[in-house]
Amino acid sequence: MAARTLFDKIWDAHEVAEGLIYVDLHLVHEVTSPQAFEGLRLAGRRVRRPDKTLATADHNVPTDGTPAARLIADELSRKQVEALERNCAEFGIPLYSLGSDRQGIVHVIGPELGLTQPGMVIVCGDSHTSTHGAFGALAFGIGTSEVEHVLATQCLPQRRPRTMRIGYAGELGPGVTPKDLILATIGRLGTGGMTGYAVEYAGPPIEALSMEGRMTICNMTIESGGRAGMVAPDDTTFEWIEGRPAAPADFDAAVERWRELPTDPGARFDREVVIDAGDLAPMVTWGTTPAMVVEVTQAVPEPASETEERALRYMALEPGTPMQEIELDRVFIGSCTNSRIGDLRAAAEMLDQLGASVHPRVRAMVVPGSAQVKAQAEAEGLDSVFRKAGFDWRSAGCSMCLGMNPDILAPGERCASTSNRNFEGRQGAGGRTHLVSPQMAAAAAVAGRFVDIRSLGR
Amino acid sequence: MKPVRVIEGGVSVLDRADVDTDQIVPKQFLKRIERTGFGEFLFYDWRRSGEIELEPNPILVTGRNFGCGSSREHAPWALQDFGFEAIVAPSFAEIFYVNCTKIGLLPVTLAEEACHGLAAAGEARISLPDQVVEFGRERARFEIDPEVKHRLVHGLDEIALTLEREDEIAAFEAAGGAARGPVTTSL
Repeated sequence: MAARTLFDKIWDAHEVAEGLIYVDLHLVHEVTSPQAFEGLRLAGRRVRRPDKTLATADHNVPTDGTPAARLIADELSRKQVEALERNCAEFGIPLYSLGSDRQGIVHVIGPELGLTQPGMVIVCGDSHTSTHGAFGALAFGIGTSEVEHVLATQCLPQRRPRTMRIGYAGELGPGVTPKDLILATIGRLGTGGMTGYAVEYAGPPIEALSMEGRMTICNMTIESGGRAGMVAPDDTTFEWIEGRPAAPADFDAAVERWRELPTDPGARFDREVVIDAGDLAPMVTWGTTPAMVVEVTQAVPEPASETEERALRYMALEPGTPMQEIELDRVFIGSCTNSRIGDLRAAAEMLDQLGASVHPRVRAMVVPGSAQVKAQAEAEGLDSVFRKAGFDWRSAGCSMCLGMNPDILAPGERCASTSNRNFEGRQGAGGRTHLVSPQMAAAAAVAGRFVDIRSLGR
Repeated sequence: MKPVRVIEGGVSVLDRADVDTDQIVPKQFLKRIERTGFGEFLFYDWRRSGEIELEPNPILVTGRNFGCGSSREHAPWALQDFGFEAIVAPSFAEIFYVNCTKIGLLPVTLAEEACHGLAAAGEARISLPDQVVEFGRERARFEIDPEVKHRLVHGLDEIALTLEREDEIAAFEAAGGAARGPVTTSL
């Protein structure tokens, strides 16, 4: 058989017929599903495979520890989460709602439960579904009509995307994280650079990463327009899955199958990109797309287009201002990009190393990605590191990544955020977002401005 | 879904690139559990601040990478509810493009130059069966997936079409295709 890519192997194994793909796991949340369930009811349709479907409440849940949906103060949010609870009960779909010890951001709990496994096709009504590709799965975001389609048929009509491999050479330097790697990559390729492609991230710097790091990278694939981001499964992947609730009963047999998945030598990609990871530095976004990004030691650039001029106006920044002189009001550590235990450990370690408190002007918060991440962090004492430094320690949810819940920026506030989008108003109308790694966010919270973490105490 | 064939009339212009779905319909309006009524929230912040004015014409022409960001179908719902029947741009974000085709809002990809011509013309006629956009003296052809076109032109229910393939799906599952993944109901 001809040499095939990881993507090819998964695609070929899931074609029910040409252009119709079978879905192994469908993740559901409260915001993009109510109209899909309503569509099923109106057409008298059932959910074909509730056993391949899992729901959680994440986007608009408060992160103040509200223990049940019926106690959510915001009426519309409450109704949406309660609708999810009713819909899941009616259609027999397992749900981890507010109050469950398994509740959390949908892209955190899938991997955490061991549901995300190599070789699977995974969809969710959320663009950051690409996160799950870190396990060597084909995972992509879909809209509500497609959510309804998958609920009813467990299949999805799909055009085969083109394939791209981004091969990284060298190794990441100290203080340079997976977040910096993906921000730099998006900066080079642009907001539409990966559009139409299923992207495989490869090379020694990727192989050296933890699963959390790989998830951060795959998560942001969509910010360059990519359909899916993937990493070949290896021992790091298998070790993550082993022992988790949904891990295969015959684990060794599963691993044997999974070892067949990585791209064959000589397999052809439609596009190949090579990036030297050794050249990368800690990154900070300056504008209103994730591609508007510079190294922390650089300055706000001269605008090269009307779009960039508008972005600078919105961000209230002058070209030529060193990024390290930009003063911050808020710091947010969380989101499906950077809220896993590894991210929190890295941020806490930075705080520990600095041994100082949050800058008096700054309000800083940490929002664990799931109830389990929160419990683990507390068991390790990370919460007290954050609290002692002056961070607000919250409960699991999407929180200030998208401002659908009480955690939002006030107009004009400037925030260093570990999330994935710095769009206008994303974290609250008029709010100004700079995307950074968890370590950079922690250091920025203390300094009240961006700092080059490579220069700290080393 | 209503069949989509010919869309004719005025052209609204939003000359911006990388317009994300957070701008098309901000998140505070995603809490509704209905599909309708999103038109009044379209480009909420930009329209409220007076940054842009938009007429509810049948056609909207805009910049490259339109609809990037979140997968929210609320964005096409809002555009359609506002009055647009077709969106013309040099390129679209993929999920947004697909979402449009699912609800009968026609996404049309035209070269940047043709988009500018269309914006200047102010009126146009789009024929999906012929895959052309006519404006002024211009006639620009656009590409669309043949199956998507067929479904739109005939207003077909795509879920019903897949359900008709029950035998194929069941055969795939019986052959072990469905045995791969974990079971969510026994965790």
